Amino acid sequence: MRRIGSFLGTLTVAASMLAWTPSHAAQTVKVGVILSFSGQGAASVEQMDRAIRLYMKTHEKELGDIKLELIRRDDTGPNPDLARRLAQELITREKVDLLTGFFFTPNINAVAPLANEAKIPVVIMNAATSSTVRLSPYLARTSLTQWQQSYPLGQWAAKQGIQRAYTAVTDYAPGHDAEQAFSRGFTEAGGKIVGSVRMPLKTPDFTPFLQRIKDEKPEALFIFVPGAKDATAVMKVYSELGLAAAGVRLVAAGDCVPDDELPNMGDVPTNVITMGFYSSAGKRPQNEAFVASWKSEYGKDAVPSPFALGAWDGMAAIFHVVKQQNGKIDPERTMQLLKGWRNDDSPRGPVMIDPETRDVVQNMYVRRLERVDGKLANVEIETIPMVKDPWPQFNPPK
Amino acid sequence: MLGSFALRRLFPPSRAPTTSPVEYMVRSHRLRWPELLPWVVVIACYQGFPSYLALGSQVMIMVLFALSLDLIMGYAGIVTLGHAAFFGVGAYSAGLLAVHGWGEPISALAVAAVVAGLLGIVTGAVILRTHGLTLLMLTLAVVSMLSEAANKAGSITGGADGLQGITLSPLLGLFRFDMFGRTAYIYCAVVLLLAWAFMRVLVHSPFGRSLTGVRENLPRMHAIGAPVHRRLVTAYAISAALAGVAGALQAQTTQFVGLNVISFDLSGAVLIMLILGGVGRLYGAFIGAPIYLIAQDMLSRLDPVYWFFWVGLLLVVVVLFARGGILGLFDALRRRIVR
Amino acid sequence: MDQYVPAAVSILFHGLAYAMILYVISVGLSVTMGLMGFANLAHGVFAMAGGYLTVSFMNPLGLDFVSALVVAVLAVAAISVVLERFLYVRLYEASEIEQVLFTIGLIFMAIAVAKFIWGPLPQHLPLPGVLHSQIEMMGRSFPTYRAFIIVIGMLIAFGLWAGIERTSFGARIRASVDNRRMARSVGIDTDRLFTFTFALGSGLAAFGGGVGAEIMAIHPGYPVEHLVYFLIVVAVGGMGSVRGPFVAALLLGVSDTACKYLLPELGAFFIYVALFAALLWRPAGLFGRA
Repeated sequence: MRRIGSFLGTLTVAASMLAWTPSHAAQTVKVGVILSFSGQGAASVEQMDRAIRLYMKTHEKELGDIKLELIRRDDTGPNPDLARRLAQELITREKVDLLTGFFFTPNINAVAPLANEAKIPVVIMNAATSSTVRLSPYLARTSLTQWQQSYPLGQWAAKQGIQRAYTAVTDYAPGHDAEQAFSRGFTEAGGKIVGSVRMPLKTPDFTPFLQRIKDEKPEALFIFVPGAKDATAVMKVYSELGLAAAGVRLVAAGDCVPDDELPNMGDVPTNVITMGFYSSAGKRPQNEAFVASWKSEYGKDAVPSPFALGAWDGMAAIFHVVKQQNGKIDPERTMQLLKGWRNDDSPRGPVMIDPETRDVVQNMYVRRLERVDGKLANVEIETIPMVKDPWPQFNPPK
Repeated sequence: MLGSFALRRLFPPSRAPTTSPVEYMVRSHRLRWPELLPWVVVIACYQGFPSYLALGSQVMIMVLFALSLDLIMGYAGIVTLGHAAFFGVGAYSAGLLAVHGWGEPISALAVAAVVAGLLGIVTGAVILRTHGLTLLMLTLAVVSMLSEAANKAGSITGGADGLQGITLSPLLGLFRFDMFGRTAYIYCAVVLLLAWAFMRVLVHSPFGRSLTGVRENLPRMHAIGAPVHRRLVTAYAISAALAGVAGALQAQTTQFVGLNVISFDLSGAVLIMLILGGVGRLYGAFIGAPIYLIAQDMLSRLDPVYWFFWVGLLLVVVVLFARGGILGLFDALRRRIVR
Repeated sequence: MDQYVPAAVSILFHGLAYAMILYVISVGLSVTMGLMGFANLAHGVFAMAGGYLTVSFMNPLGLDFVSALVVAVLAVAAISVVLERFLYVRLYEASEIEQVLFTIGLIFMAIAVAKFIWGPLPQHLPLPGVLHSQIEMMGRSFPTYRAFIIVIGMLIAFGLWAGIERTSFGARIRASVDNRRMARSVGIDTDRLFTFTFALGSGLAAFGGGVGAEIMAIHPGYPVEHLVYFLIVVAVGGMGSVRGPFVAALLLGVSDTACKYLLPELGAFFIYVALFAALLWRPAGLFGRA
C-alpha cells in the first residue's frame, strides 16, 4: 500500500515537474511586414526587402534570446482594401505585435483605423504623405515626407539667385504635395513660379512636357516623378532635349535620381541639383560600411537607394523597441520609446522620430550629379541639418 | 409606373397572379439541391473559419461583382473591360455619403445602386450600338476616363491617397461593424443572397431568355421585332446597379475607397474570375471568384513575387483544357459519368 | 505668329516619332486580328521580348546595335511560330472570351519570366554613338535618334503597303482577311498564311520594341502598360488593314503630343475622349470593314 502510494506520489511530482517549464523559453516578437512585392512599386520594394534582410542578418545577435519573426504579406500595389484585410488577418490570426512596411499611402491610410482600434504600433517604412501620421497615435515613420524634401529645396533654389522657376510633377497626390512644397518654399524666399504642369501617371513619353518648358525658358525646373523607370525616362528626355544647354537648370526631388537607376541614365549632363535624404555616395564612415556590406551581400554592382534606408532605419527602430521591452511589446510603451528615438549611426546621417508628430526628422542634403570613377553619383554638396516636416505648421490640427 | 412595367415583364400576367415571389422563384425554374451548396459553404465558413471572415467578405463581394458581369457577358454576350466603372462609382457614392454624415448602410447601398444604374443607362445607350472590338474599346475608354476623373477630383475623392473617414452607424441600429468582420460577413452574405435570388428570377424570366436570344442569334431577334437595343441597355443598367452595390459593400466593409476600385486592373480581374468559373451559368461567379482570390492569397504567401506566373499558367491551362471554365469541366465530367 | 511655327514643328516631330513606334508594333496586331480573328492581347509581349533580347545580345555578348536587333527580331519571330503552331492554333475556333483569357494568361507568365531573368528595373539600351547627337532643322535641334525612328517607320510602312497591295502574296492575305472560307476554297493555304503573317507581325513588334526602347522603356510591366495604346491604334485604324494603323497611329501620336504640349491639364483624358469620339463616328475603324 505504501509502495503504491509513494509510487503515485513520485509520479505526481514527476508529472508536475514536466508540466512546469522554466520561463526562460525564448520570447518571440511577431512583426507583420506589408509591402508591394509584386505589381507597381515592386522594383523599389525589392530594395526595401534587401535592407530588411541585411539588417536582420547583421543585427540579429543583438536580440539575444528574443526571436524576431517577420511575417511578409504582399499587397500587390496600391490596393488599400487588400492591405487592410492583410493587416486584419495579421492582427487577429497571426497576432502580430507590430506592423511595418507600407510602400503606398492609400494602403497605410486604410490600415490606420485598424491599428488604432487594435492598438498595434506601426512603423511606416516608405509612404510619404504628411497627413498620414495624424490618422492614429500608433503610427511612426522612418522614411521621409514630400514637404520635408521639397520645401527646403525651394528655399535653397531662391537663395542661389534663381528667380524664375517652373514645376513639373506627376499628377497624383504625392506629386501635388511636392509641387506645393517646392512652390511655397521658393516663393516665400522671394522667387516666382512662372508655370506648372501636372503630367498624367501613365505618361509613356515626357517629351512634349519638357519641350514646352524648354520653349518657355525658365531659369530652373523642379521635377518630381515617382522614381524607378519614370526617373530614368524623365532624366533621359531632359538630356536628349538639351534643356541644360538652353539654360534651364534642373533642381529636382531626390526621387528623380535613385542611386540604383543612375547607371541606366546614360549621358545625363552633370550639374543637376537634387535634394534628398540619402545618397549612396555620401561620405560618412557609417555609410561607407553600409554600402560595402550591401555590395558583399548582393553583388558588386548592387547599389542601395533611399528606399532601402527607409526600411533599414525602420528595422533599427523596431529592434530598439524590442530590446528595450525585452520582447514583451506593450503598445503604449512602444510608442513612448519611438517618440524621440534617435539613430546617429544611420548610413543616411542622424535620424530621429519627432516626439510630438511621430514623424521622421533628418538631414536633407543638396546633391549634385557628378561622375565619380566614371559612374554617375549624387555628391552631397550642402547639408541642411535635422529638418522637420514643415507641413504640420502650415496645417495645424483642427 | 416603371415598377409595374418591370413587374409585368418579369412576372407576365398569364401566370397565376396570386403567386408569391418565393413560390414563383421555386416554380419558374425548379430549385435543385446543388444550388443551395454555396449557401451551405457560406454558413460553414462562418462557423469553421472565424479568423478568415475578412477574406470571406471580400470573396462574397467579388462574387456579387462577377455575378453582375455574368448578366451582360454570359447572358447578353457583351464583353466589357470597363465594368469596374460601376463598381467604383458605387463605392465612391457609398463612401462619400458616409464621409459627409450619412452613416446608415442599407440606404447607402440603394443610392449606390441607383447612381451606378444611371451611369449604366447613360453609357449603355451610347455604346451598345457597337459590338466586338469597338465595344470593348469603348468600355475601356469609359473606365479610363472615370478613373482619371477620380484621380483629378482629389479634393472630393481623396485621389490617390484614398477616401478616409468612412464611419458607419450600426446595421439596423443593432449590429456594429466589428474588427473581426463578423457583422460585415453576415451583411455581405445577406446582400449576396438577395442579389442571387433576383438574378435567378431575372435570367429565367422572358426578359432573361430574350437576352440569350440576342447573344445567340442577333439577326433573328431583330427579325422578330424584339426591341434589342432597349433590352441590352436595360440589362446593362441592371448589371451596373448590381456592380454598384458590390462596390458600396466594399467601401462599407473596408471603410476606405482607393483609386483601385475604378481601375482597368479590377475590370480585368473580375473578367478572369468569371471566365475561370464559367460564363453564362449563373454559378460561374460562385466558383471563379473564390478560386481566384484564394489562389492569390495562397500563392502570394508562398512566393509573393512570382504568383503572376502561376496564375498565368492556371489561366492558360484552364482555357486549353477546360473550355467553359470550371463549370464547363463539371458538365463534361457529368456527361461522361451519365453515359 | 512665327513663334508658333517652331512649337508646331516640335510637336509634329515628336508626335511622329512616337506614332511610328506605335505603328510598327501595332500593325502586326491589326493584321493578325483581322486575318485570324484572334484577339491577341499578348502582342505587347513580343515587343517586350524584342527589347529584352536586343539588350541581352548587346551587353553581355558584345554585338552592335544593328546585329543585336536583327538577331532579336528573328528569334522572336521563331518563338512566335512555335507558340502559334502549338498553342494559338487550338483556339482559333474558340470564343472571344476564351482568347482574351488565354492571352492574359500568357501576359502574366511573360511578366513573371521577364522579372525572373532580368529583374524588375528597366533595361538600358546603349545606342550607337551616332544616334546620340542632335540634328539641326529649321533653326532648332532635334535628337537624331527620333529622326531615325521616323525614317525607319516610314520605310516599314511603305514596305508593308507595297507588299500588301502590289504582290500576289499580299493579295492572298487581303483575300483571306475579306473572306477566309472563300479564300480557302480558291486554294489559298490559309494555315501557312496565318503562321507566316503571325511571325511577320511578331517580328515587327519585336523590332518596334527594340528600336523604341529609349522612348517606351523595357521593363516587366511593358505588355500591360502599353496594351491600351496598341488596342486603340488597331481599333481606330480598323482591324485587318495595314493603312489603318498607320493613319490611326499618326493621328493619335501627333494629337496626343499636341495636347500634352498645349493643354497638359487635359493630359490623360484626351486620348480616351478621342478614342470615344473616333469609334462612335466610325465603329469599324477608319479603314476597317463593318
